[in-house]
Amino acid sequence: MSTTTPKTWGLLAQYESPREIYKACEKVRDAGYKKWDACTPFPVHGLDKAMGAPPSTLPWYVLVIGICGSIFALSFEIWSMQSDYPFILAGKPLLSIPAYVPVWYEFTVLSSCLTVFFGNWFLNRLPQYHHPAFQSKAFERVTDDKFFILIEAKDARFDADKTRALLKGTGASHIEELGD
Amino acid sequence: MGAIATSNNPTLPQDPNVRGDVILPDPVEGRELLVRGNLTFHQVTEMVVAVNEAPLLKTPAPFVFGLLLAASLMAMFVGYVMWLFWEGPGVWGNNNPVGWAWDIVNFVFWVGIGHAGTLISAILYLFRQKWRTSVNRYAEAMTIFAVVCAGSCVVLHTGRIWLDYWLFPIPNQMGLWVNFRSPLEWDVFAVNTYFTVSLLFWYTGLVPDFATLRDRAKTRWRLLFYGTLSLGWRGSMRHWVTYEKAYQLLAAFSMPLVLSVHTIVSFDFAVSQLAGWHTTIFPPYFVAGAVFGGFAMVQNLIIPARAWLGLKDLVTVRHIENMNKIILLTGSLVGYAYGMEFFVAAYSGNEYEGFTFINRAFGPYWWSYWIMIGCNVAAPQLFWFKKLRTNLTLSWIVAAFVNVGMWFERFVITITSLHRDSLVSSWDYFVPQTEWFFLIGTFGLFFTLFLLFIRFFPVIAIAEVKSVMPEADPHFGEDHGHGHHDAATAGGH
Repeated sequence: MSTTTPKTWGLLAQYESPREIYKACEKVRDAGYKKWDACTPFPVHGLDKAMGAPPSTLPWYVLVIGICGSIFALSFEIWSMQSDYPFILAGKPLLSIPAYVPVWYEFTVLSSCLTVFFGNWFLNRLPQYHHPAFQSKAFERVTDDKFFILIEAKDARFDADKTRALLKGTGASHIEELGD
Repeated sequence: MGAIATSNNPTLPQDPNVRGDVILPDPVEGRELLVRGNLTFHQVTEMVVAVNEAPLLKTPAPFVFGLLLAASLMAMFVGYVMWLFWEGPGVWGNNNPVGWAWDIVNFVFWVGIGHAGTLISAILYLFRQKWRTSVNRYAEAMTIFAVVCAGSCVVLHTGRIWLDYWLFPIPNQMGLWVNFRSPLEWDVFAVNTYFTVSLLFWYTGLVPDFATLRDRAKTRWRLLFYGTLSLGWRGSMRHWVTYEKAYQLLAAFSMPLVLSVHTIVSFDFAVSQLAGWHTTIFPPYFVAGAVFGGFAMVQNLIIPARAWLGLKDLVTVRHIENMNKIILLTGSLVGYAYGMEFFVAAYSGNEYEGFTFINRAFGPYWWSYWIMIGCNVAAPQLFWFKKLRTNLTLSWIVAAFVNVGMWFERFVITITSLHRDSLVSSWDYFVPQTEWFFLIGTFGLFFTLFLLFIRFFPVIAIAEVKSVMPEADPHFGEDHGHGHHDAATAGGH
């Protein structure tokens, strides 16, 4: 398993604790890799910094769609109550903004939360039911108590032997090659 | 209970059935351990999924019995609802002007129960109350099922349920729109939004734990079931970054949402003209009552479950105590609101208001008023004493009283104002008859869903609990020489 076949997807390295993977991620980041990832059973505090991972863009999508939803809700209420079918009910004026607030507010929350939910999966490219790492038996513990680094062969700096040596130097307890 | 331990030097008994019940000393002098027994991450996983992974044929007998009982109540509910469809809402005594209140009482009761779940999952999250991680999944499930029950009350009370889509602003040949200025329409939006957001929040939290069950699956159906639900989650840190942001945003939106939902429910009453309903105190009073009743329901569910499911190391007596403190706080707020209602009625000088409140306490329905006061205001006062609020049996009993009291609160508000309203010809004395089947039936629906949840879904947020354990800190075990280690041991910093 020391030589790389053309079909290699990348390398997988296993670590036993948050502390070990934190140190390892700093080293992999400093070695200049770009196409790599760390997989952990829970979000390890500060690991995104150790990896140099960019912050999420999700809030911007939510802001834009939330504002659009909010504007839509209020304009729809005004349009339907005041101009499309004007009808005095309960003695409230046709344009009674205070009475529009609850639906306006709820719709703003609803549109924002739907954006959060679907945006989260969209930005993470999930659902993705197949991933090369799932071939590994060891990787089954990623949702339990083991920590992994995946380095893709597509990365410009990837070299089967050197990358393996790097991972070994970070104290990985197990290193495995993943087929495509 | 006499064992003494500190957070830095825990000397807890080895028996996992006991150590969760040990009361640790003052939480101020060093935060208590959130997870007891020096568990490893793997042990936490094993502990939580044990009940999910038991083979179907080896489901414990008490569980099967409970599920059958709940399911038979639900079957009765379905039968009763069929009869309702056949005969119309007259079977709820709706020909009596007082009787229509039954469905509203149950609706407000159930939607209120849900609020504790959102409070735990959103508000305590934003306040960085780490103890919430042990109970939030459970409470969120309770929220969703309670809102399902609440929804069934309102969906069914319209009479011609096949026309319920009229509640939504759907374009139609008559060019009509729903009335956005009506509190009942606000309610449609509030409850639907609340249900949707709670469900999304719950599911988002469940995905990493479904992945845990998927990775441990030994049978084909489990692999497919949990594999599908987990969306191919692989714990990628790049995913966690967006995921945590999403979780934070959902919490941030849920916090004002949960306050708005019961506020809007209270508008159903407060915007009307009826004496006893038309008061400005209703929104905060309803929200406090909802949180109060919801936490009581969490206690009723979790105190037995933590023992039966062997989760005492994760849901410790400290969690129960914290929730009892919230029950004490919100119960006292509710008691204040009861008093303030009387004061405002007297101070306003309005004789109709005055009559309504005197009638509430001393009129034909006096008994329901005093049940409410006894259960909601008097019973929680026991929790001023640490000895009593850390007593699990007593906590369960008080919580049961609170649930009864909160049901009666809605009964009192709705019925006593209606049975002596402005038209003397409408006066009546409402006695529920077959309607009890409806209330009991919603409990059947609730417990059926809840027991299925316990059996198949992880009841504790596994990934989240791990993240508040001291070992989860990437600097755990490093000596920085200025107390960093202590903070980490106490459950993060």
